[in-house]
Amino acid sequence: MLRFIGKRLVMSLGVLWAASVLVFIMVANSGDPLFDLKMNPLTPKASILYREHLLHLDKSIPERYWIWFTGVLHGDFGKTLHGVPVGPQLFTHMAVTMKMVIPALLLAIVIAISLGVYSATKRGRWQDKGVTFTSFLFLATPVFVVGLFLKFFVAIPIDQHFQKVILSTAGDSSPTATGGFFQRIPDMLSHMTLPTMTLVLAVFSSWVIYQRSTVLDTMDQDYVMLARSKGISKRRVLVRHILRNALIPVTTVIALDFAGLLGGAVITETVYSWNGLGLWFLNGVNALDINVVLAYLMFTATTVIIFNLLADLAYAVLDPRIRYS
Amino acid sequence: MSINFGQAMSDVPMVDIDNSGLSEEIHGQWRMALRRFRRDRLAMFGLITFLTILLIATIYTFVNPAGWSELTTSFNQPPSWNHLFGTTGSGLDLFSACLKGAQQDVIIAFVVASISMVLGTIAGGVAGYYKGSIDAVVMRFVDLLLVIPLLAILIVLSRIFAGSGNSWWMIAILIGLLSWTYIARLVRAEFLSLRERTFVEAATALGAGGRRIIFKHLVPNAIGTIIVNTTLTVSGAMLLESTLSFLGLGIVPPQVSLGMLVQEGQDSATTQPWLFAFPAGMLLVLILCVFFIGDGLQNALDPRKSRSRA
Amino acid sequence: MPEPIIEVNDLRVDFPSEDGTVHAIRGVHFDLFPHEVFGIVGESGSGKSVTSLALIGLLAKSATATGSIKLNGEELLGKSEKELTPYRGKTIAMIFQDPMTSLNPVYTIGWQITEAIQAHQSVSKEDAKKEAVRLLEAAGISQAENRMESYPHEFSGGMRQRAVIAIAMANSPQVILADEPTTALDVTVQAQVLDTLKVALRETQASLVLITHDLGVIAGLADRVAVMYAGRIVETGTVEDLFYRTAMPYTHGLLGSIPSVDDTGQERLRQIPGAPPTMVGDVQGCPFAPRCPLRQATCFEVEPELVKVTNSESSAFHTSACHFANDVTLMPAASMFTDTSSADESEKTI
Ligand SMILES: Nc1ncnc2c1ncn2[C@@H]1O[C@H](COP(=O)(O)OP(=O)(O)OP(=O)(O)O)[C@@H](O)[C@H]1O
Ligand SMILES: [Mg+2]
Repeated sequence: MLRFIGKRLVMSLGVLWAASVLVFIMVANSGDPLFDLKMNPLTPKASILYREHLLHLDKSIPERYWIWFTGVLHGDFGKTLHGVPVGPQLFTHMAVTMKMVIPALLLAIVIAISLGVYSATKRGRWQDKGVTFTSFLFLATPVFVVGLFLKFFVAIPIDQHFQKVILSTAGDSSPTATGGFFQRIPDMLSHMTLPTMTLVLAVFSSWVIYQRSTVLDTMDQDYVMLARSKGISKRRVLVRHILRNALIPVTTVIALDFAGLLGGAVITETVYSWNGLGLWFLNGVNALDINVVLAYLMFTATTVIIFNLLADLAYAVLDPRIRYS
Repeated sequence: MSINFGQAMSDVPMVDIDNSGLSEEIHGQWRMALRRFRRDRLAMFGLITFLTILLIATIYTFVNPAGWSELTTSFNQPPSWNHLFGTTGSGLDLFSACLKGAQQDVIIAFVVASISMVLGTIAGGVAGYYKGSIDAVVMRFVDLLLVIPLLAILIVLSRIFAGSGNSWWMIAILIGLLSWTYIARLVRAEFLSLRERTFVEAATALGAGGRRIIFKHLVPNAIGTIIVNTTLTVSGAMLLESTLSFLGLGIVPPQVSLGMLVQEGQDSATTQPWLFAFPAGMLLVLILCVFFIGDGLQNALDPRKSRSRA
Repeated sequence: MPEPIIEVNDLRVDFPSEDGTVHAIRGVHFDLFPHEVFGIVGESGSGKSVTSLALIGLLAKSATATGSIKLNGEELLGKSEKELTPYRGKTIAMIFQDPMTSLNPVYTIGWQITEAIQAHQSVSKEDAKKEAVRLLEAAGISQAENRMESYPHEFSGGMRQRAVIAIAMANSPQVILADEPTTALDVTVQAQVLDTLKVALRETQASLVLITHDLGVIAGLADRVAVMYAGRIVETGTVEDLFYRTAMPYTHGLLGSIPSVDDTGQERLRQIPGAPPTMVGDVQGCPFAPRCPLRQATCFEVEPELVKVTNSESSAFHTSACHFANDVTLMPAASMFTDTSSADESEKTI
């Protein structure tokens, strides 16, 4: 199994490196970051040259790639257009984004698996149809529509009704919030609830449908029939035999969707004005802030790959056929 | 048979018989599929609703070609008989704009789906048929596109191409060039299993070339997978395009799309909810319809692999 | 005569399908006595598996079953899943066709046997494990102690089926249902697994319902046989009754379709022409009539009941569902179906 993981690791690093080349070529060709500066007749020539030098714009693209790539390997993500180091910014914004992504991921997994199993056990009944229809509904709804709907038709009416901010719609925390971690919990909940819900609703539905169909497939397996023929309880058959096997493929699907979750975070942060990675990235793109965009793309690629490795590990832990080969 | 034609020759009639039997079988399968689809109430509902919206949009924009861009003198009007969906702050008739936007979204989605279908079938087919190093190259590229959120790449790319005015076809091509990997993976998997089947082996033994086998034997057998997933690509494209437009990076004025209308309507969503509700609702209904159609096709064409039914 | 363990009366099972209701079982009657091996044979789709699944209550949810299945006098049909669990594994155990898929891939062999033991016996984990090792040994797995920690994928097909037999033995059931227990195995392994099955019967003193396509296995193992066709039993009796006093043309056909090696050394397969009917909709007359060499006008009108064969040599169990049962018993098999090795080859029988 170690060899299996090792092989995946090497392959992942290869994909990551290829992604870095592709992303760099794409971003390096996305336009002149100093365009606005140059258009301003008041900018001294020396200043432009200095900026170009600072961002290595005066070098060829392979050279720039090399400088950037070796920098990243040393943890140096370069500087923003304004000359601020990108690395620390990446991590402060990441902390903000993870505040919605991690809870949303965990919540979505729990909801999707329970609903998928529930729906499968009620196969063909109204509960099943209800769950499936709802999943389709959310699958068809763009994230921004979910986000805006919750913001304007849930949060704002509630806040207006109670004449105070119960569900906040802007930012990840109130700047005025003080005190220790536990004193800030109500404030955090108020800010996190809706964005987290938005993200959950954005990703959970396809997992529900997938989980439901794997449970249904598993139910028809011979080994489930054999388990039932042993005379163990229905619950034990469901949990120990059906669910235990039906969880294996869904881990991969969830891991693969992590990229989608990060994409959803871009939209959610826009709707709820969270100053997280997504907004940072969008602003970076608009300003053609090369190193910011690169840092974001490489960060997402890395996390997605880490999640896929974790899924492989989970797969190996859950499935002895892989564990022992 | 009294005359022995030798190994290869005696295969000839066998393959022919096999083939005609196959095409007949395929014919019967299509009839069955059509019947199953017709019986599927959600799928039929999706198809009829989708076509109705498109038809109304086409007729309306044909009769009233400038309606969606003409400014009226009524501003911020709630829905009324004159303006079914109300009007915007600048006096735009939202009904016309929504229809035009819907039409635009669907056209883009169809272009994306066509590109994805062609690219995905070719890439997946070649990878699955030839295996080996071609397969490795295609699949690594597919892996690459799975690693970075599609939305993020599209955001960067549409910013790059912003100079060209973000015309709708530019957006469509960009999305199309990035959305084919899903179809490619499925076609590849299908081909990998199909190529082991006897009729393919027989055709190979007869000396049929790769291209002929792919298009004459493999594609017809994988067509169910291709159709279903092309349909799903339509909905995926609508989701992506509307999201880009919502971020101001897709369809931008003076063109119109539903995502853009939602973006413009969001600020007054609490005071003039129709500005948000109609474009968002229309977008949702359209995508939902495509999902229902896709799901119905899946159940009709390949009931074994059906995901949503028992 | 001893009391039967299982009494099946007028069992009918329907499945809904796209083309209409499938009448998979259309009135099956039989009794199963203690310590006997009851074989069920018949072409694919004749309803053998459905019958055995009905006995243990494992039919698909969509199925509707009517009639009566009595286990030691107690009605099983209509019992809920929950009410059936005390019987499953304890009174009736089941062995499935494909050992490659009938063990749970994520648990060790030991775990799966132990689970079966603990389902009905309140013993400690330790004792259950010891018992599991003993069962594995009894089922012919060498080094059973070490094999407890193996996963199914580390076992060969034959070993897996032995493990499944060990599970079936776990609670010394009164009845073991075996649905084609050797079909999926290599020919060389088949005999060994059948021996294991015999060991299991000796150990548990159970009755065996043995479903198979292999009439050789029936001849070697079974006491009584039922032949199924189109959802009904069309002939039943002792092995001798069926082989030597065949009272149903279909049984003749089955016996004829055993490959026989003729003097040229070539394998020949005598086949029954035609295919069994689809089970959708109602059957008029004898379902075998269209394929039967002895059919008469009445065969297409009245479906024959399963009645006692009155041939003087027949046992008391010998029954047949043929209008001309007694005439058939007097016929030599060879005259009935022509040698089909040169005729219609597209028709396949079992
Ligand atoms: N779950 C089900 N749903 C619908 N029809 C079914 C189902 N299970 C069995 N049938 C139908 O019932 C009939 C009898 O099937 P059964 O599996 O008992 O045949 P069999 O005699 O065991 O055949 P084989 O020798 O191939 O195992 C068949 O026509 C089959 O199509
Ligand atoms: Mg069977």
